[in-house]
Amino acid sequence: MSRGVLKPSYLNRPGYHAMLLGGIAMICSAALVLGNLRTRDAIAARQAEDLQRSLEQVLPATLHDNRLLDDAIVIESDGHPRTVYVARKEGVVTGAAFEIVGKGYSGDVVSIMAVDASGTILGVRVTRHSETPGLGDKIEIKKTPWIESFNGHSLGNPDEKGWAVKKDGGIYDQFTGATITPRAVVASVQEGLQFFTAHRPEITADKPAQPAEASHAE
Amino acid sequence: MQSNYGHIFKEGLWANNVAFAQMLALCPTMAVTSTATNGLGMGLATTAVLVASNVMIATLRGIITDEVRIPVFIVLIASLVTLVDMTLNAWMHELYGVLGLFIALIVVNCAILGRAESFASKNRPLAALMDGLGSGLGFTLALVMIGSVREIFGQGTLFANASGLLGEHFHFLELTIIPEYRGFLLMALPPGGFLVMGLILAANRVIDARRARTASAEPQAAPAPAH
Repeated sequence: MSRGVLKPSYLNRPGYHAMLLGGIAMICSAALVLGNLRTRDAIAARQAEDLQRSLEQVLPATLHDNRLLDDAIVIESDGHPRTVYVARKEGVVTGAAFEIVGKGYSGDVVSIMAVDASGTILGVRVTRHSETPGLGDKIEIKKTPWIESFNGHSLGNPDEKGWAVKKDGGIYDQFTGATITPRAVVASVQEGLQFFTAHRPEITADKPAQPAEASHAE
Repeated sequence: MQSNYGHIFKEGLWANNVAFAQMLALCPTMAVTSTATNGLGMGLATTAVLVASNVMIATLRGIITDEVRIPVFIVLIASLVTLVDMTLNAWMHELYGVLGLFIALIVVNCAILGRAESFASKNRPLAALMDGLGSGLGFTLALVMIGSVREIFGQGTLFANASGLLGEHFHFLELTIIPEYRGFLLMALPPGGFLVMGLILAANRVIDARRARTASAEPQAAPAPAH
């Protein structure tokens, strides 16, 4: 053997193997726990920053004067709680942003989308996905502007048939080698619009904390 | 001794290349080489983990016994990758946004376990460091080569989005080789990776065979390094 030292005999005892494996596993677990403790807050802060940044990308700052992260309401939809960030200007609801999830080629494609008070899309951004690099990741704004093709669209524009990729008879482009990913995003955006339409009264209602004014939700 | 380390480095870089000679890590190779930029990102991330895991395992080689070495290596490598993942996510978030996709894939990269098993567990830490560096860069080279060919034929570009990975200074790397290209789907999909890989391997064999023939024709040439 090319080992430099002569092997001491205790290395051959089963007890040593168990101790070694257990010891290494314990040291590694301890390192992971420490690492997790040290990085947990920083990671949470970074993720909040990411969320803030993607909210800013889909909801123009000119549309609201409130802090979106503080103005979130939770709406129960199909048994799942969903956080909706409400944009207000001088107390009036001007739009809302919320997460949408589509079933991609390899797991969930999570995006954030914003609509104005009438249900027209202000913007969509993919925030988390594990699609194939170079194929499915063209849904990221960093790679291609494809995701902007939703801007200005709403449930009636395009019509029901148009809410699909071109391969399925819709109006949205698919990518070379990746149809499932854009199909998932299109479906999730359509579902997001349906969610907003179904819950518009709750979302555009005045803040419960504020004293009830004469204004009524449409 | 110095030339010995150089030799280890060169072995890893080309003669004993992880992808082209050892045929290891083919899963991440096929998965990420649809563009040259992705290949580069995956290669560099793997190199960093490979160097760290090689040094760690070479340092501990005296106490690790043959019987339990595989689970010990796996625990060490998986913990290391997880720590790198958390650290990047917390303090180098920009880079994480680019490399995050690849880091999870590194855990299942058998090349790292392969180098730990066949080299780091039998050599000094410094030699293992050179081996990790050589093998990692060799892997990077292989990924960039396959990625370049696939990207040029698949999409007509080279190093698209490289500035996202390396920073704005590297914008000049982004080339459009074939303008107005309609794309060639086969190259962008994993089978294209296997095709390109096979062609590169064949070319490699031809070059090696030719070199061996010239070497045997003049035996008084520089003595071959001992294996």
